[in-house]
Amino acid sequence: MIHSLFLINASGDIFLEKHWKSVVSRSVCDYFFEAQERASEPENVPPVIPTPHHYLISVLRHRIYFVAVIQSEVPPLFVIEFLHRVVDTFQDYFGVCTEAAIKDNVVVVYELLEEMLDNGFPLATESNILKELIKPPTILRTMVNTITGSTNVGEQLPTGQLSVVPWRRTGVKYTNNEAYFDVVEEIDAIIDKSGSTITAEIQGVIDACVKLTGMPDLTLSFMNPRLLDDVSFHPCVRFKRWEAERILSFIPPDGNFRLLSYHVSSQNLVAIPVYVKHNITFREGSSQGRFDLTLGPKQTMGKSVEAVLVSSQLPRGVLNANLNPSQGTYTFDPVTKMLTWDVGKINPQKLPSLKGSMSLQAGASKPDENPTINIQLKIQQMAISGLKVNRLDMYGEKYKPFKGIKYMTKAGKFQVRT
Amino acid sequence: MTAMQRLLQLPVTAVNMVKTVQSQVQGQEEDKSPVLTPDGVHQAWYSALQPDELRHLRSGAPVTISVSGMNQSIESQEWLRVSTARSTRFQSDATIALQEQGGSTKRIPLLVCELTGLIPVSLTGKEAESCFNWVTDTFGVSGKKAVILIKWVKILHDDLKEMLDSNKDSLKLEAMKRIVAMIARGKNASDLFPAVVKNVACKNIEVKKLVYVYLVRYAEEQQDLALLSISTFQRGLKDPNQLIRASALRVLSSIRVTIIVPIMMLAIKEAASDMSPYVRKTAAHAIPKLYSLDPEQKDQLIEVIEKLLADKTTLVAGSVVMAFEEVCPERIELIHKNYRKLCNLLIDVEEWGQVVIINMLTRYARTQFLNPNMNESLLEEGSDKTFYGSDEDEDEEEEEKEKKAEAPMAKRKPYVMDPDHRLLLRNTKPLLQSRNAAVVMAVAQLYFHLAPKAEIGVIAKALVRLLRSHSEVQYVVLQNVATMSIKRRGMFEPYLKSFYIRSTDPTQIKILKLEVLTNLANETNISTILREFQTYIKSMDKDFVAATIQAIGRCATNIGEVRDTCLNGLVQLLSNRDELVVAESVVVIKKLLQMQPEKHSDIIKHMAKLTDNIQVPMARASILWLIGEYCEHVPKIAPDVLRKMAKSFTNEEDIVKLQIINLAAKLYLTNSKQTKLLTQYVLNLAKYDQNYDIRDRARFIRQLIVPTEKSGALSKYAKKLFLALKPAPVLESPFKDRDHFQLGSLSHLLNAKAGGYQELPDWPEAAPDPSVRNVEVFTLLERVTTLTSVPEWTKCSSREKRKEKKVEKPFYSDSEGESGPTESADSESDSASGSESGSGLEESGSGSESEESEEGSESEEEEEEEKDKKKKKKELKKPVQESESEQSSEEEVRKHERKNKQRKSDSESESDEEEESESESSQSESEDSESEAEVKKKKKVAEPKPPSKPVKKECKKEKKEMSLLDLDDFEPAPSPQATPLNTFLSSSLVNDLEGLSLSDAVLSPATISPSSTLKSYELLHRITGEGLSVEYCFSRQPFPPDGNMVAVQMQFTNNATSDAKNLHMEDVKLQSGMRVKEFTEIELLPAGETATAVMGIDFCDSTQAANFQLCTHTRKFFVSIQPPVGELMRPVFLTENEFKKEQGQLMGMNEISEKLTLDANCRNEHSIVQRVITAANLSRVPCGSDKECRFAGRTVTSSSLVLATVASREEGAAQLTVNCEKMVIGTMLVKDILLALTQ
Repeated sequence: MIHSLFLINASGDIFLEKHWKSVVSRSVCDYFFEAQERASEPENVPPVIPTPHHYLISVLRHRIYFVAVIQSEVPPLFVIEFLHRVVDTFQDYFGVCTEAAIKDNVVVVYELLEEMLDNGFPLATESNILKELIKPPTILRTMVNTITGSTNVGEQLPTGQLSVVPWRRTGVKYTNNEAYFDVVEEIDAIIDKSGSTITAEIQGVIDACVKLTGMPDLTLSFMNPRLLDDVSFHPCVRFKRWEAERILSFIPPDGNFRLLSYHVSSQNLVAIPVYVKHNITFREGSSQGRFDLTLGPKQTMGKSVEAVLVSSQLPRGVLNANLNPSQGTYTFDPVTKMLTWDVGKINPQKLPSLKGSMSLQAGASKPDENPTINIQLKIQQMAISGLKVNRLDMYGEKYKPFKGIKYMTKAGKFQVRT
Repeated sequence: MTAMQRLLQLPVTAVNMVKTVQSQVQGQEEDKSPVLTPDGVHQAWYSALQPDELRHLRSGAPVTISVSGMNQSIESQEWLRVSTARSTRFQSDATIALQEQGGSTKRIPLLVCELTGLIPVSLTGKEAESCFNWVTDTFGVSGKKAVILIKWVKILHDDLKEMLDSNKDSLKLEAMKRIVAMIARGKNASDLFPAVVKNVACKNIEVKKLVYVYLVRYAEEQQDLALLSISTFQRGLKDPNQLIRASALRVLSSIRVTIIVPIMMLAIKEAASDMSPYVRKTAAHAIPKLYSLDPEQKDQLIEVIEKLLADKTTLVAGSVVMAFEEVCPERIELIHKNYRKLCNLLIDVEEWGQVVIINMLTRYARTQFLNPNMNESLLEEGSDKTFYGSDEDEDEEEEEKEKKAEAPMAKRKPYVMDPDHRLLLRNTKPLLQSRNAAVVMAVAQLYFHLAPKAEIGVIAKALVRLLRSHSEVQYVVLQNVATMSIKRRGMFEPYLKSFYIRSTDPTQIKILKLEVLTNLANETNISTILREFQTYIKSMDKDFVAATIQAIGRCATNIGEVRDTCLNGLVQLLSNRDELVVAESVVVIKKLLQMQPEKHSDIIKHMAKLTDNIQVPMARASILWLIGEYCEHVPKIAPDVLRKMAKSFTNEEDIVKLQIINLAAKLYLTNSKQTKLLTQYVLNLAKYDQNYDIRDRARFIRQLIVPTEKSGALSKYAKKLFLALKPAPVLESPFKDRDHFQLGSLSHLLNAKAGGYQELPDWPEAAPDPSVRNVEVFTLLERVTTLTSVPEWTKCSSREKRKEKKVEKPFYSDSEGESGPTESADSESDSASGSESGSGLEESGSGSESEESEEGSESEEEEEEEKDKKKKKKELKKPVQESESEQSSEEEVRKHERKNKQRKSDSESESDEEEESESESSQSESEDSESEAEVKKKKKVAEPKPPSKPVKKECKKEKKEMSLLDLDDFEPAPSPQATPLNTFLSSSLVNDLEGLSLSDAVLSPATISPSSTLKSYELLHRITGEGLSVEYCFSRQPFPPDGNMVAVQMQFTNNATSDAKNLHMEDVKLQSGMRVKEFTEIELLPAGETATAVMGIDFCDSTQAANFQLCTHTRKFFVSIQPPVGELMRPVFLTENEFKKEQGQLMGMNEISEKLTLDANCRNEHSIVQRVITAANLSRVPCGSDKECRFAGRTVTSSSLVLATVASREEGAAQLTVNCEKMVIGTMLVKDILLALTQ
């Protein structure tokens, strides 16, 4: 399956390579570099590149290309999904997945890659098992290791792979038993010129951080499970139970994991939290354009809209923008033509606005494209779909765990066309 | 440049010193490692580079790299490659420096720093820091930006060697870490091989691991030395710890050294029969490694694969199928025996294994089953339309092909899905919910290639979900969606909006989404799609705009209604400022005009004007072609255009020139008066063109059109040749017909066959013998007994267990209950296709639940079928035993029976197999409740006492008669007559379980279970219960000790390795008024066995849970039982009049009605009755009207009457009315029944 893996940074240097079968020369990456040059944007490099003897399948995460070398037929998603899993694992281990972090921990990285694939076929990809095999570096452990010369590799032989619950390591012990669940929903929407919604859907996830002793068996039930349109589960969730009773029953992995991701598609269920009044015009013949933007809260259910960030790619003809924000700060990058306005919190009494003029290239005709406005925002303590967790029960262990649940709404791909 | 100058000023002596040091090194190394010398190529990179470096230093020239003097080592090639690829960067930044560092030490490091990461070794710690500082100071390279790699020629490796030889693990570890870091950066560390390989037996786990990493990387290059390590692994293979055995095998098989092939083969064979499933998994992984090393071993490896395929653990399944795919994908017959097992295990296999298995099974299914779409009408409508009459609306070509292939088959009998085919579809469906995109995609392609058309829809939602994943995932998924949306447009139509494009999408995603949108466009949605397209045209991404214009063109050709609108829109685009946009529009307009040119001469005129401005060759060529083609519509303009073009001829691109010639020729033919000279001029110019195509064309055309005395017969036809009516081009999707590649595969993505791609076979014309998938049971049994540990499958597959149960239930109810046709088909037609056609009829008749019944009805005759069922139970869910093979090998069967006896399972019969099966079946038949299926199953697993034979025989007869009766009398409405009997029955379930008395047997046939499937609930999961799993169901039996109690039947399964003792309950916590009658203590439940018990709970007509503790001799588990409201009642028998009277008294507050729309599968009376009875323990009240179904019951504790009515109207609308004194119960019941009817 996967022959080799090359890690390539933004400037085109191969800074790590790993081979699971015979060594494949680095020169195979030249095909990748060629494709990279052809692509206008970094994300436009095709994920699958055929070369005379190999196929290169790559993903771009954190400005690093993970390029897998394949020799024969394999489902491309298999490789892509695996590479993303590798990145997730790195992130889990090092906090961030940057070139520097990988270089600093090159040995751990290598050990991880060795365990995750055997002869190119995935072996152990569950983070719980990996953590049993190779302990993640922490500052304390790094210091202790340098002094005592001890190691990151687990002293005991791993048992996780053999257990009937392959995603959970055995013998977990905590003094504080806690289980936290974050319900995070993102609104993906396209709003057209007149302010009506073209599409809107909610993409939600429940991320869990479970630190419980022993082998707890949890059930999580919702007040309104019918809301969920389409769900995908962590392998630990008992599918039948969900089908029959709409209850999530599972033995959780230890630590952080994504329990569930779901989707609410019915458009009338999706509340659009903000509205945008915009007036972006260019006059024919003049080198000036008007820019006028006002934001206001729409359906927020009484919660305040925070961390609002507006960004827009202005037409190429715009040389500069001279704007006046009623609150927050704005920046305009004359090279990329990217306008960003960090609004902060929306005060319903005094709506934030950004007004002013744009100067265009003298003599150039008026640009005929209109910029789209991308909005990011956050609403705390509310899931916009109205999803509510009913209760969390624990079976199988005697102690009383501390349970916590948090709701949050964010804007996902929230675009306003002008 | 300053840096370079300073560098070059370094004293020559320093250089010489380095040189001497190096030569010493070489000398020493050659002494030390004899392995290195024989092949004469020294692997160390520095020796390869040295001449170059020195030359640069001496010559004083800027750093340019030459190959001369380099040997052929990998490093030198790489050096060359990098230097040529990035020569500018290299020259400016890469610098080779030499410095005396730290006067106190005598080391002379050669420091090499550059930006690109070329030179092998990096130092860590203090040394690196000081070097780094020196380099930055000296060269003024800004610190962070420069990645500084330092080559510490000899000293470093000496260091490492010293460290590796030391006694301290910490030093060894440090050295190994540095070496691994070198490998990670792609630097050569092969010269350290002897030093490293010594540590293979090191006690420290991390050192050992890193040594393994090193060994696997370099063993191939240093085969002789690698042999030194083999004995360590051989020892490891014998280790008592399974993990050590596994890791030894893993490394041993990863060392690519041909000499050890026999050792590897031996090790794999041994590991394949290891006790530990983990080791067996490793063995499966090792198979492809050995195969790639030595393909000669194929035959032996196939043997091992065959053996491992029979393995029943989820751990091994994925790996061995992967090995199968790599080594012998053509040996599809190896899968037969394991097919059902793989299907059943699938859900518990790890996700990567799932992908491989699903892909393999797709291929398998294509060779073994019939095309489910060959005559869909029968499946979809259940009508008796003829095959030919039905498929007019289908995809013509595809159908055409299929028709040819399948027609003879279809004539003979209607299509019936093989139960195994159904099994595969059913077991893969839940995986659409996987978090792993690859798994979802694999299931999606399986459904696309294998499922009946009506069922494919389910995958759309899951695929659309994947579109929110990473952009790479989106890319692949969209490619596949694009292909699917051509074949099955309807599937994605509801999700149209999910393919709308956002300005932030990468271009390649945008274009794919556009493709899908175009494929989905039809008359109804075209207006919304076109409105979307309008916004896209204003995008800043010009490639995307061009693609949008193409898409509009395709929509316009496909959908006649909007052609004019599209054309107008495109004409407007002609005045766009962006030339690319205009050019693209021209090309598309040209294609559109070709369809109806006469209407649009003004557009052609408009375009003629554009020739002055548009420079894009393709667009110019298109305009010229248009004018030429329709010169009759624009007689005045055409010659003028030609005049202008003749002027600029020499400066045009080739395609434009060709079109100018074309235009000239056409004009000459139609309007020779005006254009004769122009044509001559153009042809003359073309005659001397550089391009031979153009010269050829000119010569050809001159001969053709200009009449000379020599010109042949053709010139007469010149006008016909040039001005023939040309068919309009068809704008086709690039994704058309891509589905001949298996979807989701690399080959599909690239639209080219990738290496190792396994062709997806066409459906067979006639199904191969399905019996090849039947499995002989005794072999499996043997395995179980030989393994000391509890086999994994019993532990792992509780999920399937539940599923399996559900699957089997309807089977029984089918054969005994209302769906008579099945029974008759089964028993009457004992032809080879008997059971199949039976279940097929079923399927067409009664909707969804019948699908499940196929599972059971595999074998050919009724008796055999019974036997099969029994076997299946016995083995929990081992695949069905093939009856023929059984008969042929009766001895083996006996052996198997004996074994059964030893294991205290049911071994009722000593003599005849036939008899045993009969008795077995009859015995179960004789149970007097609707829960037969459930009870029987449990019994199969652990029935304590063998009943006497004669009784059984009688039962059998009884049963047969009854089943015939069923068909005639009870078929239309089985439940009302059936259920009331329950109330009269005095025998309890407990009695049943203790053995069959004659009275039971007599009574039992009278009970006809409604087809209700008794739902079983999980009380204790096997993981929580440490191996003990408990399930319960409401048996709907009267509970004799107390009539006010609801009988709850519990099934205990001991999955642990040790026996469970003293199973009883304690510490019952109840709401006030509730009472519990405990079940009798189970004293011993041996490992792997199952037992059943019944308890009674008086719920006081509430749905409050009963909480109690379930105790074994060691542990206590808190459990709770909560009844669905439908179980809190018992059926009563009322006549129609009584019902009406009672209903009249329960009006007003006591009546709750609810409107509903019936589920598509449950519009007939039969299924309504069935669903209601499943949801609530009610009995049916006879009723004159067939539009109404009435049900009656009484609550268990207070005996309040519960009446339910379902009145159906047209088109699935219906009204549900429940009358009950207890309003709470009524409300809840309405909800439950509503749910049952609408799902």
